[in-house]
Amino acid sequence: MDLNLIWFILVGVLLTGYAVLDGFDLGVGTLQLFARKDEHRRLFLNAIGPVWDGNEVWLVTGGGALFAAFPEAYATVFSGFYLPFMALLCALIFRAVAIEFRSKEPWPWWRQMWDILFALGSTLSAFLIGVAMGNIVRGIPLDADHEFTGTLLGLLNPYALLMGVTVVLLFAMHGAIYLVMKTEGELHALVRGWVPTLIGLFLAAYILFNFYTLIALPHVYHTVQARPWILIIMAAAVLVILNIPREFSRGRDFNAFLSSCIGMALMMAAFGGTYFPNMVLSNPLPENSLTITNAASSPKTLGIMLVIACIGIPIVLTYTVCIYYIFRGKTKLTPQSY
Amino acid sequence: MTTEILARAQFAFTVMFHYIYPPLSIGLGVALVIMEGLWLKTGNILFHNMARFWTKVFALTFAIGVATGIVMEFEFGTNWATYSRFVGDIFGSALAAEGIFAFFLESGFLAVLLFGWNKVGPKLHFFSTCMVCLGAHFSAVWIVVANSWMQTPAGYHLERMVDGQPVRLPPDHAVVPADLGSVRAVVDDFWAMVFNPSSVDRLTHVVLGAWMAGAFLVVSISAYFLLRGRHTVFAKASLKVGLAFATVATLLQMVSGDLTAGGVARNQPVKFAALEGLYETQPFAPLSLVGWVNPKTETTHALEIPGLLSLLTYHDPAKPVVGLKDLPSDAFLLRHHPEATPQELPAIRRNYWPIVPAVFQFYHLMVAVGCALFALVAVAMFFWWRGWLFRTDWLPTRLLLWGCVLSVLGPQIANQAGWFTAEMGRQPWIVYELLKTSQALSKAVTAEQIVISLLMFAAVYILLFILFVYLLTRKIQHGPDEEEGGHHELTDSWKAVLRTDDQEART
Repeated sequence: MDLNLIWFILVGVLLTGYAVLDGFDLGVGTLQLFARKDEHRRLFLNAIGPVWDGNEVWLVTGGGALFAAFPEAYATVFSGFYLPFMALLCALIFRAVAIEFRSKEPWPWWRQMWDILFALGSTLSAFLIGVAMGNIVRGIPLDADHEFTGTLLGLLNPYALLMGVTVVLLFAMHGAIYLVMKTEGELHALVRGWVPTLIGLFLAAYILFNFYTLIALPHVYHTVQARPWILIIMAAAVLVILNIPREFSRGRDFNAFLSSCIGMALMMAAFGGTYFPNMVLSNPLPENSLTITNAASSPKTLGIMLVIACIGIPIVLTYTVCIYYIFRGKTKLTPQSY
Repeated sequence: MTTEILARAQFAFTVMFHYIYPPLSIGLGVALVIMEGLWLKTGNILFHNMARFWTKVFALTFAIGVATGIVMEFEFGTNWATYSRFVGDIFGSALAAEGIFAFFLESGFLAVLLFGWNKVGPKLHFFSTCMVCLGAHFSAVWIVVANSWMQTPAGYHLERMVDGQPVRLPPDHAVVPADLGSVRAVVDDFWAMVFNPSSVDRLTHVVLGAWMAGAFLVVSISAYFLLRGRHTVFAKASLKVGLAFATVATLLQMVSGDLTAGGVARNQPVKFAALEGLYETQPFAPLSLVGWVNPKTETTHALEIPGLLSLLTYHDPAKPVVGLKDLPSDAFLLRHHPEATPQELPAIRRNYWPIVPAVFQFYHLMVAVGCALFALVAVAMFFWWRGWLFRTDWLPTRLLLWGCVLSVLGPQIANQAGWFTAEMGRQPWIVYELLKTSQALSKAVTAEQIVISLLMFAAVYILLFILFVYLLTRKIQHGPDEEEGGHHELTDSWKAVLRTDDQEART
């Protein structure tokens, strides 16, 4: 296995880590307004309180790894998606400070305002991440210097928008499953009632999206034809998601959450499988595409980065697991809570 | 306005705003380690209350620091795509290392620091506080390393892609516009890149600046409580801790400032001459205290001490310091402008100077604020030594304490001014004497897009700043919870510590 492939996989793993982890707290944000009582909303925030910040670091590190390992891809995507990414930053800022600020004043209008900003920020973040991913699969127009030559409206095409909606539903479903695990009593029953609807909505969007992909994007169709194992992974993802209600019915809330995580990881793997070895597909003019070869850093940097990753990632995983362990169990409101 | 100016303004604005918070987190992180450490060592409940109160302030600064920090990482790609393509091989690895080694550590243990009081024992909690503090410092390490590489690039060579194959370029290759897209900097020696000639000086300077930001915040709020006669027992102890920390940081910063200036003189002579507004090469070069630069006549009018600049720089007052009119060298200019005649060189040279009056003023502002803070802690330590520090009914003490209240602004002003000096002094280069800022822009981004994002950030950040100041003020008004500790909710190990404490208090 060459270094470029290793880094393609590692960047994929970091971004999958981001989707799985920040996915549930963005999803909790999307659901925030569906809880009506102040106490319930506080429980929502405190369920993600100790971990959301660490989850977002996966995005920062994934972005940093993309910059270091595939600088051309980083530069092309970030400058090409200028305004959507600026909107994403704005959304991430608002949801971050909303978590911190909401509890600082008791006034209903104050809390209502931060709840709305938290929900909007979270939902918009999920949506824009989906739009960006949709465009990556669909391909964006690049010139011979790998510079983006499209327009903002071109990025907001129906295909990418559908992907955006799918990601919002995915994260909302994932967030609800996390909340079932973290809540008890009345709220637990309430959130659990949401899950079948969310699973249904997500699966409908996911299947629609995949059919749309195979019909509208011949290049993906051909890739999937050449790599039938992608279909197996996608089917496995759907099966794993369908396993969630079964786990709930047996009272195994943690296993349900784990299923949701595995389902998301499988979907990301299928996603990566469809566009490998491209990093950024050029559409039209596929000859201008960025691949894991022409977008990469020097072998020296890829090697240094691998050493950094081999030292860093096991340490990070160790204390991440410890911290999730410390904050395991049902969320309870204490004087330190938001 | 050109795209370059807009992109620089947008980046400068978002960095400036962001840079209010990380120094506070770094400095307060150290203060928290000291306070919690003192509590574990002495068992005095006062230190416990202190750690709890300052943790809340820390949480507020940290939240905004995180929220605005992610913007910076995105902006390298969004606004400076050509730069990212050119240096991604080098610069990206420092950013990725920051994520892996610093942010995960910081944010992971932050959870225990903020929410772990009822979940883990005192020792593990203290350990988490130390890890958050360490993570904040690691973050400074990698980001300053990345930035220092832009100031004094090292450990790399330039490479041109020809038919998909890299061809090594000579070390003195001058990058021309046609090179962009096919030439990039490639790492040769990772450690030479990390420990480039300015890394250590600049890192020390930045970290001490951050310590000062945290220390003077503690000093300021404690002095305010004392003057208002509220939470006096808490405030006295807090002021002592803050003042001791501030004194150490300020004294060290004096030394670090001198070393950093020396480094600039060696590594970035153009920037160094601009700092002092020195146009003519001269022996017995003077050190300006205050003054102004007239860029039209290329003269500097200042209250100055003759010979001191030469003395500080070279430890020899007679040694000449090279002025802007001889910088950069003719050889350097001819390499970049092979067609130029000797008569044209002086005019070309001016294009390689930063905006001298701005660099001069920001630099002197930073130094002046540093000296003022030094004077403040010197007087405060004298008052402490004489036992006058808490005589709040005595005018000199009240004046000193009001000075302490205002001192919170000092490190913030100095940090911002220092950052402006460093970054503006490097212009017109984005990577010193290697890549120009004007060549580093994103080609796919238009001026209108940058204006939209600039307006958006201006609106969002102004709102955030107002909220931050409001919430910080509310926290200060509320003050520490004297009975905080909520004994009944603590874990057994915390209870054991608190019991010992109560027994000691009784005996």
